[in-house]
Amino acid sequence: MESAWLIPVFPLMAFVLTVFFGRRLGERAGWIGVAGMLAATALAAAVFRDAVASPEGYASSFPWLQIGDFELRVGFRVDNLEAALLIMVSFVSLMVHVFSLGYMHGDARYNRYFALISLFTAAMLGLVISDNALFWLLWWEIMGACSYLLIGHWFEERENQAAAYKAFITTRIGDVLMMAGFWYMFKLTGSLRFEDWQAWVQHNAGAGMDFTRAMTVAALLIFGGAVGKSAQAPLHVWLPDAMAGPTPVSALIHAATMVAAGVFLIARTYFIFEQSTTALAVVAFLGAFTAFLAATIAVVQSDIKKVLAYSTVSQLGYMVMALGVGGYTAAMFHLWTHGFFKALLFLGSGAVIHAVHTQNMHEMGGLARKLKVTAATFAIGMLALSGIWPFSGFYSKDEILLAAYHSQYPALFWAGAVTAGLTAFYMTRALILTFFGRPRDPERYEHAHEGGPELTWPLILLAIPAFAAGFLAPTLFKAPVHEFITFGEHVGGHEPESLVVLVGTLFAVGGILAGIVVYGLGWISTRTLRAALEMPYYVLREKWFFDWAYERVVLGGSMLLARVVAGIDRLVVDGLVNGVARVVVWLGDVTRRWSTGLVHTYMLTLFAGVVALALLILQVTGGLR
Amino acid sequence: MGAGIPLSYYLVLGTLLFSIGLWGALTRTNAIRILMCIELMLNAVNLNLVALNRYLDPGSVQGQIFGLFIIAIAAAEAAVGIGIVLMVVRRRGEVDINKIRLMRG
Repeated sequence: MESAWLIPVFPLMAFVLTVFFGRRLGERAGWIGVAGMLAATALAAAVFRDAVASPEGYASSFPWLQIGDFELRVGFRVDNLEAALLIMVSFVSLMVHVFSLGYMHGDARYNRYFALISLFTAAMLGLVISDNALFWLLWWEIMGACSYLLIGHWFEERENQAAAYKAFITTRIGDVLMMAGFWYMFKLTGSLRFEDWQAWVQHNAGAGMDFTRAMTVAALLIFGGAVGKSAQAPLHVWLPDAMAGPTPVSALIHAATMVAAGVFLIARTYFIFEQSTTALAVVAFLGAFTAFLAATIAVVQSDIKKVLAYSTVSQLGYMVMALGVGGYTAAMFHLWTHGFFKALLFLGSGAVIHAVHTQNMHEMGGLARKLKVTAATFAIGMLALSGIWPFSGFYSKDEILLAAYHSQYPALFWAGAVTAGLTAFYMTRALILTFFGRPRDPERYEHAHEGGPELTWPLILLAIPAFAAGFLAPTLFKAPVHEFITFGEHVGGHEPESLVVLVGTLFAVGGILAGIVVYGLGWISTRTLRAALEMPYYVLREKWFFDWAYERVVLGGSMLLARVVAGIDRLVVDGLVNGVARVVVWLGDVTRRWSTGLVHTYMLTLFAGVVALALLILQVTGGLR
Repeated sequence: MGAGIPLSYYLVLGTLLFSIGLWGALTRTNAIRILMCIELMLNAVNLNLVALNRYLDPGSVQGQIFGLFIIAIAAAEAAVGIGIVLMVVRRRGEVDINKIRLMRG
């Protein structure tokens, strides 16, 4: 465990090597990244084994800077949670790297792509083991930059550029709030280390109204960072647009890195949230709202990647809601399992896109006969995401519903259950539209064929944890999940409740059956449905008007502000500058009349000056004696 | 030295010389003449300095030293001035300063 800090170093080295030697190596450069991730995964596995063996974890730090009385200690820490996340992130990233070998074949910027996904992974791994806010911020921002560069990988298209900007700027709004939160905690505690913050908070716990208010402020500011990075409403708009990047990047962003960082941020600073019921309520309701909102939008998307993107937003909302109702374990467990099956789904969609060269599900259909491996693994991912026993998603989703059920807000439990039903419905829809029924575009169907081993093997390897991570977790952790990933006794796990399992499964199965009825069997045609639900359909198609509102309010507002500022600039600033210039010109015009170029004028002036000077001296000294 | 000649004689002569020089410098248009007139004014000042030195403070030599300096500087000034005029004449074939107005603003 002492060597856990090396885990992010491997992909970082891969990044540096690819940057310097990538061009010379051509497409062999991809193997540098794969090798780096292989080393990181092996080390992460070793660290995970150690973490299981020693429950107290490991932390190490050293003084880095001394500024006056302030000492900046930096270092890393590995606990059970970190160890589990390390293995998940590095494994998923390894799969993404391997998949990219095939998917990005022939790309013009192959090396740049591999360098960046290695750096991206390194940043996430570094973030997971950071023990202080400074390092956290560093890795966090590196991830932001990488996401910008990767989403805009095909920057020849204006649309992709816009998506990259959108991702960067939207998450930046959250980042600023998070930085403010970190700064506030630094003001309060005089330290940047999470450990010191926790000690300080727990030392002062229950110190009265002022303390609670301070904790609410700090928690909400930090939550702002999570809202941006983890794409919670109302800052969720960037994530669906981030689909502009190559599909493996989407898998990386949506499963292992970036969006996971936001949820992990809440978990990392959970001791602050714990002190404020207000902050927790905000977190819970915003999460539930996001989960529901995104799930409804996913139902009407026709782009296979967009469906998955909205499902990610929705699942992140689930995790955030779980954190809000005290389900620390549930949220982190769901983050863990979600990483596997969402990466699987995205890579599966990547394999489909690779085969048919379209993202529109209405141009697919019947692909199961051609893409057997992809279809089978996609189905596993879909069942896991829908939360069907015994797939991994069932266990973590059940934990979340359980936490919501035991919270003081029963509404959240039902919101979660309805969202689970919607999730199952839209995933069934995506699966059927893509893989079953008759081929709607015969030409594309004819040319479709399964990719090479570098495309299929990651799918197969990811399908294993997507299927089994749930029921194998207690065996892997050598402890029940809620004992392995724990925050404290008072937010520990609850006893399983048969009602919760029943409701959750009922909604999931109901969603799947509804999906089969509508899209598989065609008992109810989509046209009738659309006609019957015209208004809701319109709202969902317009994505609840979020983009529309941003365009009006933010864009219109900035334009108005810009116009006002431009007016001030033109009238006041330019007026001042031009006024000064005009005065100088006028003065020059007056004085140039003295410069006649005639020697006599100069001499006369000189003589007049001498006389004037003489008179002045006489005046001052009082004349000749 | 002529003890019988009063100081005022020297001063009047200096003033006359200076005035002639000034009048010439301001009225002539030939550059060489102007230079000569300036020389005249400088020598008028020299005369004043030496005379005042001799009559007001006979033991000292400041006035005479000043005079020597002025003669040296006047020589340099004449050399530079005539050099400039020479170049102007060469380039423009003209010594009339009213026709040389390059510095007009």
